[in-house]
Amino acid sequence: MSSSAANAASVQRSTAARVTWRSRLHGATHRAGLIALTVVALLALYEGYNQLWRATGWTWPFPADDTTLPHLWTIFKAFADPAQVNQPSLFSVLIHKALFTAKEAFAGFVLGAVFGFALGAALAHSKLLQRGFLPYIVGSQTIPILAIAPMVVIWVNPKLPSGMQGWGAVAVISAYLTFFPVAVNSLRGLNSADPRMLELMRSYAASTWTVLWKVRFPASLPYVFSALKVAATASVVGAIIGELPSGLQSGLGGAILNFNQYYSIEPQELWATNIIASLLGIVFFLAVLGAEKAVVRRAPERRA
Amino acid sequence: MTEPTTVVSVSGVTKTFPRGNVTALQDINLDLGAGEFISLIGPSGCGKSTLLRVIGDLVEPTSGAVTINGKSAPQARTDRDYGIVFQDAVLFDWRTVAKNIELPLEMLGWDKAKRRARVEEMLSLVELTGFGDHHPWQLSGGMQQRVSIARALAFEPALLLMDEPFGALDEMTRERLNLELLSIWQQLRSTVVFVTHSISEAVFLSTRVVVMSPRPGRIAGIVDIDLPGPRSVETREDPRFFELVTEVRELLRLRGEHLLPEEEAAAAREDA
Ligand SMILES: Nc1ncnc2c1ncn2[C@@H]1O[C@H](COP(=O)(O)OP(=O)(O)OP(=O)(O)O)[C@@H](O)[C@H]1O
Ligand SMILES: [Mg+2]
Repeated sequence: MSSSAANAASVQRSTAARVTWRSRLHGATHRAGLIALTVVALLALYEGYNQLWRATGWTWPFPADDTTLPHLWTIFKAFADPAQVNQPSLFSVLIHKALFTAKEAFAGFVLGAVFGFALGAALAHSKLLQRGFLPYIVGSQTIPILAIAPMVVIWVNPKLPSGMQGWGAVAVISAYLTFFPVAVNSLRGLNSADPRMLELMRSYAASTWTVLWKVRFPASLPYVFSALKVAATASVVGAIIGELPSGLQSGLGGAILNFNQYYSIEPQELWATNIIASLLGIVFFLAVLGAEKAVVRRAPERRA
Repeated sequence: MTEPTTVVSVSGVTKTFPRGNVTALQDINLDLGAGEFISLIGPSGCGKSTLLRVIGDLVEPTSGAVTINGKSAPQARTDRDYGIVFQDAVLFDWRTVAKNIELPLEMLGWDKAKRRARVEEMLSLVELTGFGDHHPWQLSGGMQQRVSIARALAFEPALLLMDEPFGALDEMTRERLNLELLSIWQQLRSTVVFVTHSISEAVFLSTRVVVMSPRPGRIAGIVDIDLPGPRSVETREDPRFFELVTEVRELLRLRGEHLLPEEEAAAAREDA
């Protein structure tokens, strides 16, 4: 009986493996195709609007000319042209700046995520803390980041080692935007554990830490990951904004500030910078998505 | 024969849930000797699960006390004196079947090799060999329940609290696992408190059947099951088996168990 059960199980398992492998490959090409199609459609929409509004002279909702909507090819050509005389192409300059901003954003993301989760975990264990602190945590996000960024720079920079001067403070500003969604969702996720599982752990006389590690934490992961996806893009935005008052020229924020001043002459350079900035956000998002796929193992319909 | 030592002693236990002011249990007194197999049977909502939870110190009684092996219920829980199977499987989605069964062994600090070996034993016991790497959501409801039974049996607790463990299983599997459970019980000389809705299952398995009545939850009567010898497939054909089934059924009926709440209300109206 048990050997035939084992046989049935192994047959079932190998067919299951084959099916998931094939459907995964199929799903991946399917998804890639869909993404490519969306990108092409968006580009076509942009250029279509551009051409039609220029041809007819329509001005509603906004007019199309070389300043408001540079042609696609003008933007792509700007990537290839040198940013300044005798310098590398704008594309390679922007990539370098993007890497710098990515460093700040990544540090801010990690800092914010760790702090946010720790905060969520502390609040999840005490109703009193929750009632006392939650309003202030929510309140912290109503202060415009641009208003506190200069103060953060002044406070943080003197405390940093020389290797982290400048970008370290920007990472802290980025973390300020990151920790909030993570804290709120961690709190929710840690409290989402099935009460029957907590009862089972109680029957094993499990300690608070064991319950946190073996039940509450795994149960919170779908919630935490949806927060991390929001936080991933927020950390990039936070890093870019943080560069503005810091006067840092090495990142995308500095480039945006710079190209803003020349917008009426060369709008395509700001557009090109924006494309790189949003690509950076997408890369961060996809990295979290990949981590989620690798880590969260549960019923497909229960993914939050 | 010497007097068996008392493993579980429930004395004067009353449990009132503040929410809805439900008296789930009223003045329950029950002593379980070592090696006894006791079934709790009664209509839905009569407090069977609550009594099991009170014994396991998962719910605090409003009054009265429970002692296990002479210790208070909280102390017994801390000493991991019992294993429990809930009415639902309660498996961890993010753990494989094998990892779910390992959970109590992890809590006891067993090393990995020892845990693995035990898990294999348990899987074959509940006929799930080869499913160790699956996740719970890939199994049927009955298979999930068998995993939760394997998890409770894995550390061979001397006291087993089982809340309708076979409720979700088909008749065939249920009868096989009944025999399996009896042989485990005899091997381990464990004490079992077993909640069921099936009269024949209660009579087949138990040394005593405790019949409960609802609103408030009370013990309506206790039937000693004096079936001869070790139970087997033939036991179910023994005339004494039928007599005992009838006795339990009569006790349930006396307490109005055949009446659905609507019928009861109708009867009350006729009386008035
Ligand atoms: N946590 C709770 N809060 C409030 N009332 C509860 C709680 N748990 C149980 N009850 C009530 O206590 C009574 C007994 O419930 P219990 O779950 O023990 O019944 P049961 O005999 O196990 O029923 P079933 O056979 O349907 O499982 C019910 O009326 C139920 O509504
Ligand atoms: Mg119940």
